[in-house]
Amino acid sequence: MSRTAKILSAIVIGLWLLMALAPSVLAPGDPLAINPVQAFQKPGAAHFFGTDESGRDIYTRVIHGASDSLSIGLAATALGMGLAIILGTVAALSPRWIDDIILRVLEALYAIPSLLMALLIIAFTGPGVGPAIVAVGLSTAPGYARLVRSQIRSLKNSEMLESATVLGRGSWLKVRNHLVPNALKPLLALVTLGIGQAVIWAAALSFLGLGAAPPAPEWGAMLSAGRTYLHLAWWMSLFPGLAIVAVAVSATLIGRALGGKVKSL
Amino acid sequence: MGTVAWAGRKIGGALVVLWLVATAIFIAIRLIPGDPAEAIMGGPGSQASAEALAAARAEYALDQPLFAQYLLYLGKLLALDFGTSYSLKQPVAQVMGEVLPNTLWLSLLALAAAWLMALCFAAAAIRSSRFASQLGSLMEIIAAAVPHFWLGAVLIMLFSSALGWLPAVDNGSAQGLVLPVLTLALPLAGFLTQLMRDSLGEAMGSQFALAARARGESRLKLFWRHGLRHAALPALGLTGWAFSSLLSGAVVVEAIFARPGLGRSLLSAVLARDIPMVTGIALFSALVYIVVMALAEGLERLINPAGGQR
Repeated sequence: MSRTAKILSAIVIGLWLLMALAPSVLAPGDPLAINPVQAFQKPGAAHFFGTDESGRDIYTRVIHGASDSLSIGLAATALGMGLAIILGTVAALSPRWIDDIILRVLEALYAIPSLLMALLIIAFTGPGVGPAIVAVGLSTAPGYARLVRSQIRSLKNSEMLESATVLGRGSWLKVRNHLVPNALKPLLALVTLGIGQAVIWAAALSFLGLGAAPPAPEWGAMLSAGRTYLHLAWWMSLFPGLAIVAVAVSATLIGRALGGKVKSL
Repeated sequence: MGTVAWAGRKIGGALVVLWLVATAIFIAIRLIPGDPAEAIMGGPGSQASAEALAAARAEYALDQPLFAQYLLYLGKLLALDFGTSYSLKQPVAQVMGEVLPNTLWLSLLALAAAWLMALCFAAAAIRSSRFASQLGSLMEIIAAAVPHFWLGAVLIMLFSSALGWLPAVDNGSAQGLVLPVLTLALPLAGFLTQLMRDSLGEAMGSQFALAARARGESRLKLFWRHGLRHAALPALGLTGWAFSSLLSGAVVVEAIFARPGLGRSLLSAVLARDIPMVTGIALFSALVYIVVMALAEGLERLINPAGGQR
């Protein structure tokens, strides 16, 4: 990663963190405060991004929405990646037949597209923020697990581990000193890309009315509310969507700078 | 590997995958706390009548031992019987059959549009300046990152509300198809361009391209005969991903543009917690995924200049 890329990434991550952790610094207002007289105001000096059908300030809502949208994305990625690391590592280090079984199961799960898998899970659990996190996490896990497995397998057969074995290192020592640190770096790139994807999937579920519900200032929920007024108030749909795209693009660029590939997702 | 052996392995693998998906769904239905008959009928909130619950118990043979239920369930699946949708009161297979052509048509058009756009962008990128190509690659990243549900809204706002060129709701006309297809195709085109550009550039700058040019082949012919083949290969490897993206996108696009299809049926089934319908569509899409993957691999074997050796 070049120096410029490092600095830029740090600035971008810092900005998102600021929005998520201290939104009031950038937007002091209340994201839920309604003001019916001010409904459907166009973007202008008083309301940078305009107002919605109840006169809530869209700019304030987009800034405050970062906390919900990003934490749902982070939680889902953590769940998916956690499961993937367990499954992938077990598969890679197990005897051939266990590896085969796990691989087959992962392949089967992978055959259902992510959003369909998420919908399938929500059909069983019912809608809500919690189910949305579980649904996105579980639906991304099979893809991650396959990558973790191949990553660890290629390390397992590497010269580095061979020499460690020749030197008589114990297996725990090998896992700690060689496997984990070397598998972690590519995973970091993957996680960064994954967070962008998870934010999109979670917003998609809210948009479809299955995740966070309006009037929560979650970006997908805001888009869902804006859909009714598409012809009347374009700003209600434009700005929350731009926020989602901005997160996804920053995640892609940082993930790439870390050495990840988009197509591997 | 011979073609017959290859096909046999593929079919065997596909059956195992389908069986695993079906089993996972069977287990999931039984994992829901409470009465499985009630779960099938939309959970405790649906307040299904006693007769409806009795009908579900009979249909899913819930009075039989678990293993017998499982075998019966697998048997029905083999006969492509996915059960009865309780919200629509119709066999799931029949509902899917009615809406499937809509989704298929939409996805195929979007796939074709995405390939066409990607090829044009990739071909244009070879001869452009460094700055233009960097700008192009940023555009690709943005295109690939844009979620369908927002892109659809933006296209409606632009071409329907502001310009009034195209209808916002899919009314069955050819114009009505333009926005849904574009919504599905643009993100996919972004991904495909990223892949094709590198391989196309490599192929067009390679030794055999130089040799072909020396033999007097025109650039255009070279592009068609060699460049395309090399550009298509990595993109074909991405078919599984593209298929997933199209099906996931179809759910969203059909919702936005009020277009009947598999995705819209799935969404209303999820909202009604219509388990037979949801699981039917999930199983079916897994089946299609496997078929599509096999076809793509077959095509790859066919056009790979290295003759199918990997």
